[in-house]
Amino acid sequence: MTGHAERAKEFVADEGRMHWHDQAVWFVRNKRDVARSFVPEWEELRSLGSQIKAHTLSRLPDYLEQFEKNATANGARVHWARDADEHNEIVHGILREHRVTRVVKSKSMLTEECHLNEYLEEQGIEIVDTDLGERIVQLRREPPSHIVMPAIHLKKEEIGDLFHDKLGTPVGLSDPKQLTEAARVHLREKFLGAQAGITGVNFALASTGGVVVCTNEGNADLGTSLPPLHIACMGLEKIIPSPRELAVFLRLLARSATGQPITTYTSHFHGPRPGAEMHIVLLDHGRSRILAREEYRNSLKCIRCAACMNTCPVFRRSGGHSYGVTVAGPIGSILAPHVDAKKHADLPFASSLCGSCSDVCPVRIDLHHQLLAWRGELASRGLVPLHKRVVSRVGAWVLARTWAYRVFGKLLRLLAPRIPNPWTRQRDLPPMPRESFRSQWRKRVRPR
Amino acid sequence: MSGRDEVLQALRRATPAEVPLPDVERLNAVRYPDVRERFAQSVVEVGGRCIQVEGALEDALRTIPEYAAARRVVSLVPGVAKANVDLAAVADPHELHDVDFCVLPAELGVAENGACWIVQHGVQNRAAAFLTQHLAVVVRADALVHNLHEAYARISIPRPGFSMWLSGPSKTADIEQALVMGAHGARSCTVLVAAAEGGLATTF
Repeated sequence: MTGHAERAKEFVADEGRMHWHDQAVWFVRNKRDVARSFVPEWEELRSLGSQIKAHTLSRLPDYLEQFEKNATANGARVHWARDADEHNEIVHGILREHRVTRVVKSKSMLTEECHLNEYLEEQGIEIVDTDLGERIVQLRREPPSHIVMPAIHLKKEEIGDLFHDKLGTPVGLSDPKQLTEAARVHLREKFLGAQAGITGVNFALASTGGVVVCTNEGNADLGTSLPPLHIACMGLEKIIPSPRELAVFLRLLARSATGQPITTYTSHFHGPRPGAEMHIVLLDHGRSRILAREEYRNSLKCIRCAACMNTCPVFRRSGGHSYGVTVAGPIGSILAPHVDAKKHADLPFASSLCGSCSDVCPVRIDLHHQLLAWRGELASRGLVPLHKRVVSRVGAWVLARTWAYRVFGKLLRLLAPRIPNPWTRQRDLPPMPRESFRSQWRKRVRPR
Repeated sequence: MSGRDEVLQALRRATPAEVPLPDVERLNAVRYPDVRERFAQSVVEVGGRCIQVEGALEDALRTIPEYAAARRVVSLVPGVAKANVDLAAVADPHELHDVDFCVLPAELGVAENGACWIVQHGVQNRAAAFLTQHLAVVVRADALVHNLHEAYARISIPRPGFSMWLSGPSKTADIEQALVMGAHGARSCTVLVAAAEGGLATTF
């Protein structure tokens, strides 16, 4: 089985591309900082966001029932799915009932998580991702590498080649404006030909029974205002009490994600259009298990802004695909092991625990603490490879004994540059100091 | 047991002790010395254009090149001279695929992000707002608020119905972070801030 380190190795093999990716993602982090600087109450807003989510999670079943009641009153139909398979079956059932064979979908990481596209394609349904980045990776038959910018790992020349191959654009076209125009023309046809539109959900309002979808392109709106069937798929943690709380999250989301003060379109869907149908599918898929575990519960506060990825030194240099899951980066590394701890046991180690993720998180998730908690749990469940366990044991033993620390420090200063070390395959070891901090300090405090 | 009951039961077992809901209204949210000026600035920052309408709305619209060049025009603001598509007569939203220009009324504008609150109460074809090549949004000068908290305190969400914040033209930066206007929806968005005594209808 290949793990994060092996997949990251492929990514960093092209050093130029790795640095380019690092810069591209960091650029977005910078835009977030600028946007945040225009909101003097930002830190308070983050606390509010975190507290509202904590409250909502503490009353989640009540809010879901309230949401269901109000959504039904608005004329929508609410479905409940225990897991990804059930979710896909429900969506397919609705489409089958309406004899739908052509579907457009706006960006939804939840349907990526459920592999809905593959499932529907097997049933003979054409499903077209309409977010530009999502369409690009769909045409390449690969998963998104980033939850907000799905094609951030690709260069414009590669997209030009892809569009030439799939959409018939001229050879060598690489101007983002012209490529976007080509996609616009291609996807307009898909919008106009679709029999149903599937969207994700950014927020669901318990008090009004509505769902809120945020996009910059307008694809969720085109996809739901033309065909007579709208299916909105959401994780059940997307619920918030009322529009008053929504204001807090809308102010946090786009600023944290892309540095925009708000997305271009923030659409509030309360029931279907006249003559149309609207269905809402609520998905658990491990979320109730996370809720039950106090040390990990906060991860359900996530609003999927990707700020933790954009700031993460590991994500920026290893690329989203290296994580092998839909939601990558720090948040993905604490969510994925809940679904399959064995398969994703290496993800909580794909971090330097620098804590930058926790610093930028708009809902104050204690990301780096959870990464550490997972490491401990995985070790106690025997899911950590032997070499890591041995090194940790030896480290713990040494750090608990002053004399051993002194001896090992001396040994390592001498031997570290000579020991074969997998860590140095992609990086250089800094030069070893000639003497220990302890002796340097002694000289400073008591100079001879 | 049904999926619904099983999910709810699992959640009830997992739910922690109740955490109180914080009072959002206690937040001291950002306000600006000149709300109209800040709104106009935000509209430009999100890729739109902002026109302060001093005289007739039509005169202001005519200064927009895309309006001047448009052939198929939808307007949900009364009295727009070039409007020639009657949404009430459109049976199928697909008929709106070739709309060039659409004029929408907004109930509210938000200074912190240039967003306009646009509401559909159920009868008209909302597809026009998304299929159109270019958009204009008309908002009254006395309907501008500082931030989203104030905004949500003033609006009511139609149920059933569709409503949205619209902030600038459709855009994407999915190809190498290059910002491109006109991803799927409107290629341009002009916000017209009208003097208070316009008597504008604000829903469509």
